[in-house]
Amino acid sequence: MAEIIVVTSGKGGVGKTTTSASLACGLARQGKKVAVIDFDVGLRNLDLIMGCERRVVYDFVNVIQGEASLKQSLIKDKRFDNLHILAASQTRDKDALTTEGVQKVLDDLAAEGFDYIVCDSPAGIEKGAFLAMYFADQAVVVVNPEVSSVRDSDRILGLLASKTRRAENGERVKEHLLLTRYSPQRVEAGEMLSIGDVEEVLGLKTIGVIPESGDVLNASNKGEPVILDMESPAGQAYDDAVARLMGETRPMRFTQYEKKGFFSKLFGG
Amino acid sequence: MGLFDFLKTKKNTASIAKDRLRIIIAQERSSHGGPDYLPLLRRELLEVIRKYVSIDVDAVKVDVVKEGDHDVLDISVALPDSRASAA
Repeated sequence: MAEIIVVTSGKGGVGKTTTSASLACGLARQGKKVAVIDFDVGLRNLDLIMGCERRVVYDFVNVIQGEASLKQSLIKDKRFDNLHILAASQTRDKDALTTEGVQKVLDDLAAEGFDYIVCDSPAGIEKGAFLAMYFADQAVVVVNPEVSSVRDSDRILGLLASKTRRAENGERVKEHLLLTRYSPQRVEAGEMLSIGDVEEVLGLKTIGVIPESGDVLNASNKGEPVILDMESPAGQAYDDAVARLMGETRPMRFTQYEKKGFFSKLFGG
Repeated sequence: MGLFDFLKTKKNTASIAKDRLRIIIAQERSSHGGPDYLPLLRRELLEVIRKYVSIDVDAVKVDVVKEGDHDVLDISVALPDSRASAA
């Protein structure tokens, strides 16, 4: 059985695609067979973050409209043989995705023996976002510790609980909170919502906390998901999140502000 | 950065954010729980009533309340103070 995971948020620019790319790579690194699909029709970007933008020949919409086979359209990752990317189409036709079409692609992927299918949702609450979440078994809700992002994710949680296949069958999509751009220093100073604050407001448990880090931009510049940079706190935090998603228990890291001592300040240690 | 900045008490904006979110999310959750037509019904009721009485935008409240086995559509309209309107 393929496990379908939607990465969603409502608000744009909070790190959905960065998260989708890193989760997919992390799951593949754990030996799972993974497909990651870009649902952002018209604004394809996952290919850039994954570093395969020049290898896109056919896309998600081509498959749905029968212009290409699934096999032709899946781009094999250069780092992991067991990781495949399905790019979004650059068409401006928003109705290119259909519920039946998406279901067929997901069913075919499951039949191909994929363990995980990661659906990278577009921002907003329109059709693309709806279809990305509709078939999900689990949802990773990406949130910045900031008022508009938290409010929008609550809207998304409402939709996950009502407008998904699981909800229609009287089941629940398993929801997880993933905090990005977290700054322990600003939390300590009372300038940023803490993990506990966001968990309390949304009534959801955190599966990962990604610290604010320049490494994320560096990674996207290079087209290498930040999880592959195991030197960086952000990469390690994503690795922890993947392990938790697979049922492991790991303590949170990089969530406490450590005051620099006089000497480390002086010598930049 | 002034020399005496440390004397000022810094406002904890995170707790303001949390309080604001708690209120707005509770409010939005209660309205999203109801049927989709409630906001439109509320707006149309407001327009009809306003043809006869001048009332505030927030004077009309429309909710679906559970009473035992069935749902009850609960509409309440706060009319303006009669003395105020007469004046």
